[in-house]
Amino acid sequence: MVDSNVVLTGQTFAYTFYVLAIMAVMAWFAYKVTRDGKSKEIKPALFYTFVGFLVVLGVSLHIVTHETIPWKPMDLNRADIKADREFNISMADHKFILPSPKLQIVKNEKVRFNVTSSDLTYGFGLFRSDNTMLFQMQVLPGHNNDILWQFDKPGIYSIRSTEYSGPKGINMILRDVVEITE
Amino acid sequence: MSFIKTLLGGEGEFFNPNSLTPMQKLTLRFVVVGLVYYLFAVFEGMIMRVYQVTPISLINESQYFAILTAHPLVGIFGSTYSIVFGAFLFLVPFLMKKPLWSIKLGNWTMVLVAVGTFVFWFSGFVSHYSPLYTLYWPLPADFTQFSVWGGTFFITGIALVMIGTAFFVINIYKTITYTPEGWEKQPKGALIKSALGLTGLTSIFSKKKKEHLVSLPVAAIARGTVDTALNAIVILFAGILILVYMVAELFGVSLKHSTIDALLYKNFFWWGLDLIADGLVLIFVAGTWYLLATLITGKKLFMENWARAALFIEMVVSWTVWSHHLMSDQAQPGILKVLSGEMVTAFELITQGLAFFITLVTLWSGRPLKMTHPLKFLLGGLLGFALAVPAGIMQADLGLNRILHNTQWIVGPHVHVAILVGLTMTLYSAIYFLLPILTNGAKLYSEKLATFHFWAHLLGGIGMGAFMGMAGLKGMLRRTIYFEGEYSSYMILAAISGSLLLFAFLAFFYNIVMTVGIKGVIGIFMPSKLNTTDLLPAEK
Repeated sequence: MVDSNVVLTGQTFAYTFYVLAIMAVMAWFAYKVTRDGKSKEIKPALFYTFVGFLVVLGVSLHIVTHETIPWKPMDLNRADIKADREFNISMADHKFILPSPKLQIVKNEKVRFNVTSSDLTYGFGLFRSDNTMLFQMQVLPGHNNDILWQFDKPGIYSIRSTEYSGPKGINMILRDVVEITE
Repeated sequence: MSFIKTLLGGEGEFFNPNSLTPMQKLTLRFVVVGLVYYLFAVFEGMIMRVYQVTPISLINESQYFAILTAHPLVGIFGSTYSIVFGAFLFLVPFLMKKPLWSIKLGNWTMVLVAVGTFVFWFSGFVSHYSPLYTLYWPLPADFTQFSVWGGTFFITGIALVMIGTAFFVINIYKTITYTPEGWEKQPKGALIKSALGLTGLTSIFSKKKKEHLVSLPVAAIARGTVDTALNAIVILFAGILILVYMVAELFGVSLKHSTIDALLYKNFFWWGLDLIADGLVLIFVAGTWYLLATLITGKKLFMENWARAALFIEMVVSWTVWSHHLMSDQAQPGILKVLSGEMVTAFELITQGLAFFITLVTLWSGRPLKMTHPLKFLLGGLLGFALAVPAGIMQADLGLNRILHNTQWIVGPHVHVAILVGLTMTLYSAIYFLLPILTNGAKLYSEKLATFHFWAHLLGGIGMGAFMGMAGLKGMLRRTIYFEGEYSSYMILAAISGSLLLFAFLAFFYNIVMTVGIKGVIGIFMPSKLNTTDLLPAEK
């Protein structure tokens, strides 16, 4: 499965390119709008073309990500997908309660994390040792919050709450408790 | 002229508060309150910027989160609401060429917003009340970490702001529809239809083009005001709900998480709160762009009927878009995530892109233009939204949201760039434009300071958003504290950019004080000597 860092790198390139382009357009506009000379009338056709372009752009982003980011269709269809391994994790009083001290996973397994909270709203995220995020979800009390993930290479991850739950929430980190082996 | 003389009497003593009408005073009071609260928000922002570089021992964690909770609320309610309400309470009667329905109610709005903001800010500051997930009140209410009394005062403050907001809404709609003394009877129903954009929508498809009863900027204000009203109702209701939890707690009864479904409540709250971000801000901003573009150029708005229709569509979009806040909530139905979260949100790219395009073409039609301060800031505002809206569309994608939700990406390139660069620069454009009108010809103290204000604000706002975004892409969460300098390099750069924002505002504040003088500022809050409901003095 494509790594989330790869997805973010792609996004960084796309957005940076866009930022530079729109800044250049605005700088050009600011310069030209103060220059002498009358403007030609702008035809409505240009307006309709621009609206059409925005429609295509807005919709195609979601279609492209659906086809290129594998966890997106997997997440939408997770109820119909059988997991190779399941972990039931509960949360209460700003603590994670894991089924075992370490969560051992074998490479390429599809793993379902079922997380419940008995008091507040928390977050559940897996992070690499350099603090970058692999994935996350919200954990609402009174609901089963599940996420399906396929780990396709060995690694060690930390779990931390990604949602603010009061000042105590800053300590909700379990270092290196998820281990993916060959 | 000596420095002291200018400080007391204003530049060239052109500004005389005794010449102001009650309406001018009302609007300027709102602006002063808004700028003072902006100063609060900027200082709080800088404290947090420093804290994110390295946690300061002087401020404990609870205090930090109390500041973090109050910061967006002071910025939105204390500052932006004040400036926007003041400007619109002046502009609606100005554009409709009739008096405001009630100046008294307008003054009550100003007092309630100012006092309410101080009450919630102060109670948070004293009690460290900070349960908000930024702006979102979660249920169940947690009393193990937060003071019940602190929360009670905090919510009372918010409630006062919402009551003031309700007064603003009433005043706007009454002003649009009422018949002033000596006027022909005004057609209430037709005015409302025009204000809501229904006539604009039908005239796109009709061969017989009718003249609109309400001008486009007034229509934008009226439509944004619908969202303001709905939002006030939702926030008031949520506040009452939390108060019920608090009162129960005080009587020894704990209403646990099972009393109200957290997901249902979250949907309801975000539906209401999103009306600020995706309805009110975008509609009000688009309307202000249209107004400023036509005032700056003296030209008719390009594709006006489409602009009216887009405002109506934007209002409907803002009612149906809230699920993009719940994409990482696995219990949220997938259909809502895709339809409301992804598809309807993508519509904002269209409606906002359309407003952007129409404004630029209208400005283009007025070539050659002089690069005045209002034009400069208007272009800055347009750029801000051009940067922030696509950033928002990206995070409202199911694939990307999985790794962006709750990170600094959300609050950096999207929220702060939208508010600081997009919204605030648009408001500054309006302030620079309206200043001579509202002050009966006060002369700006320094053109150079205004130019510095523009560049420092633009570079600071974009820079801060960019560095926060870069940290977010590296996994930095938005509401936690990092103790081991994990992201300090990004946060140092964000703090330097934040300093630019602070200096920009101080330059602007100093420029305005020197323009009107301290006596002038005090005079704005004194009762008007003119007994008139006219907007401007008779000789104007």
